[in-house]
Amino acid sequence: MAADSTVATRMSAPPSFDVADFPVPHGREEEWRFTPLDRLRGLHDGTATADGSVKVVVDAPDAVTVETVGRDDPRIGKAGKPVDRVAAQAFSAFEKATVVSVPAEAVLTEPVRVSLHGEGGVTYGHTVFSVGAFAEAVLVLDHTGDTVRSANVEFQVGDGAKLTVVSVQDWDGTAVHCSQHNVLIGRDASFKSVVVTFGGDLVRIHPRVTYAAPGGEAELYGLYFTHNGQHQEHRLFVDHTAPNCRSDVAYKGALQGTDAHAVWIGDVLIRAAATGTDTYELNRNLVLTDGARVDSVPNLEIETGEIVGAGPASATGRFEDEQLFSLMARGIPAEEARRLVVRGFFAELVQQIGVPDVEERLIAKLEAELKASIA
Amino acid sequence: MATLEIHDLHVSVDGEGGPKEILRGVDLTVKQGETHAIMGPNGSGKSTLAYSLAGHPKYTITGGSVALDGEDVLAMSVDERARAGVFLAMQYPVEIPGVSVSNFLRTSATAVRGEAPKLRTWVKEVKEAMARLEMNPAFAERNVNEGFSGGEKKRHEILQLELLKPKIAILDETDSGLDIDALRIVSEGVNRVRESGEVGTLLITHYTRILRYIKPDHVHVFAAGRIVESGGPELADKLEAEGYEQYTKGTVG
Repeated sequence: MAADSTVATRMSAPPSFDVADFPVPHGREEEWRFTPLDRLRGLHDGTATADGSVKVVVDAPDAVTVETVGRDDPRIGKAGKPVDRVAAQAFSAFEKATVVSVPAEAVLTEPVRVSLHGEGGVTYGHTVFSVGAFAEAVLVLDHTGDTVRSANVEFQVGDGAKLTVVSVQDWDGTAVHCSQHNVLIGRDASFKSVVVTFGGDLVRIHPRVTYAAPGGEAELYGLYFTHNGQHQEHRLFVDHTAPNCRSDVAYKGALQGTDAHAVWIGDVLIRAAATGTDTYELNRNLVLTDGARVDSVPNLEIETGEIVGAGPASATGRFEDEQLFSLMARGIPAEEARRLVVRGFFAELVQQIGVPDVEERLIAKLEAELKASIA
Repeated sequence: MATLEIHDLHVSVDGEGGPKEILRGVDLTVKQGETHAIMGPNGSGKSTLAYSLAGHPKYTITGGSVALDGEDVLAMSVDERARAGVFLAMQYPVEIPGVSVSNFLRTSATAVRGEAPKLRTWVKEVKEAMARLEMNPAFAERNVNEGFSGGEKKRHEILQLELLKPKIAILDETDSGLDIDALRIVSEGVNRVRESGEVGTLLITHYTRILRYIKPDHVHVFAAGRIVESGGPELADKLEAEGYEQYTKGTVG
């Protein structure tokens, strides 16, 4: 077992709030080697000036507080620091942050909805979602429109709290979106996220989970449908810092068309102190046509032997020929068989969302993507 | 009367050292109402015959013909063959995650019958067919073959057979991996379909055990990619007593 985590040491620079602490990446760095830097439109090298805008609409139950705050607000940055230059650029550039707070012990019956619509140009953002002790909330983060954006999003989950986050990246085909999610999970708290990526020219989501105390639980689910020319990258890091915590990671993607590129990096680190850890991660990709490319890298590092269980799994398959054959052998035409298989492939993750209108929209999106692939 | 005519069928698969010929000239005619047992040792090509008839892309037809009522089966896609009335009960049914049995059955029935079955009669039809196969109704809500036991998978195949009512049913080692109760239930299902007199059955098996439940009209011994002997039910008794050894000696497997 490695004494020093390569997950941490292989990064170009230690985490920092200051963009100046990170060298401009050139593409060979471990954290950038899959990303087409020329399509970041300057987010990585300081040339992207904040000249654009996003329209933000927050629809929240009464118990929830929504504030716009300055950079010096003490709640900012508690869940983690930027770990790469683009995230640090966002942190150095944002002017106002949004803080959405769910008070302790509030159990929300309706989801908090935050819709972010890009209106062109470069934007930087910082948002804090803070869920008080024993509170329960569902948050739907919706991204549409066009912008070149880098943002940091914090999820501070109080002791015994439960937070479910659904983040939908349904951008126009020209958008660029890099987002680092910092999740800090309190004692015996649960965090569940479903990251759904359909749109954009380049989307790079980087959820990072840390446990503030024992007994926390993280379920990180994701699905993506990458079509021709799109680059969709999901990099996850679960840092098991405390004992008796659990994490379950499952991302599934379908790809079709020329130069569709999906990247999935699943780093799980079980530190020496994190005895009793139970972790599992999985990434499955379904390549529907020629010309699409997947880079899937699960990485598990264990610094203690006293764990409950740990397992990484990654598989990229051609379209499931045997499943297709099984359906067609019952008279089902090829197109319909493909639709059934792809819908089925995503079904278990779609069911995780638990917000009916978002599930329906997703299924409709999926159908539209499939129709485009068959045409 | 529906008739499946297989004439001089040659089939190969892509192996590491290039294409490998598995079927070497199969001749067989199966008529509606008849049951043919195809028996043979492992590796003789029995399953290749089954999958080739269904149109599995892994197998390349290199010669011969297959016709169903004069229509060229080999020119049809997999789904066209099924809609034309060819049914393959698979030896190893595969899991289809996220697709429920009820959705699968209804989609299949819609495709094969050419129109969606009326919901009310359909539900009843499925329920009754499942009850006959001693399947728990909750089964319909599970995903196809996901976590099914060997017996459940085979019952599910026979359930499809009963609901889709094909002209030609190819049963690929349906008996393998079944305990005696499951074998009886599955065989009774096959016999119900046979009793309709509307299906020609090709029963592919390694063992004679299933023939105690499903009585064939014709028995064929398959070895090294072709039928090497044909006869009546008495041929099965001979195989039971003597095994396949006399057919495999001196041939390549």
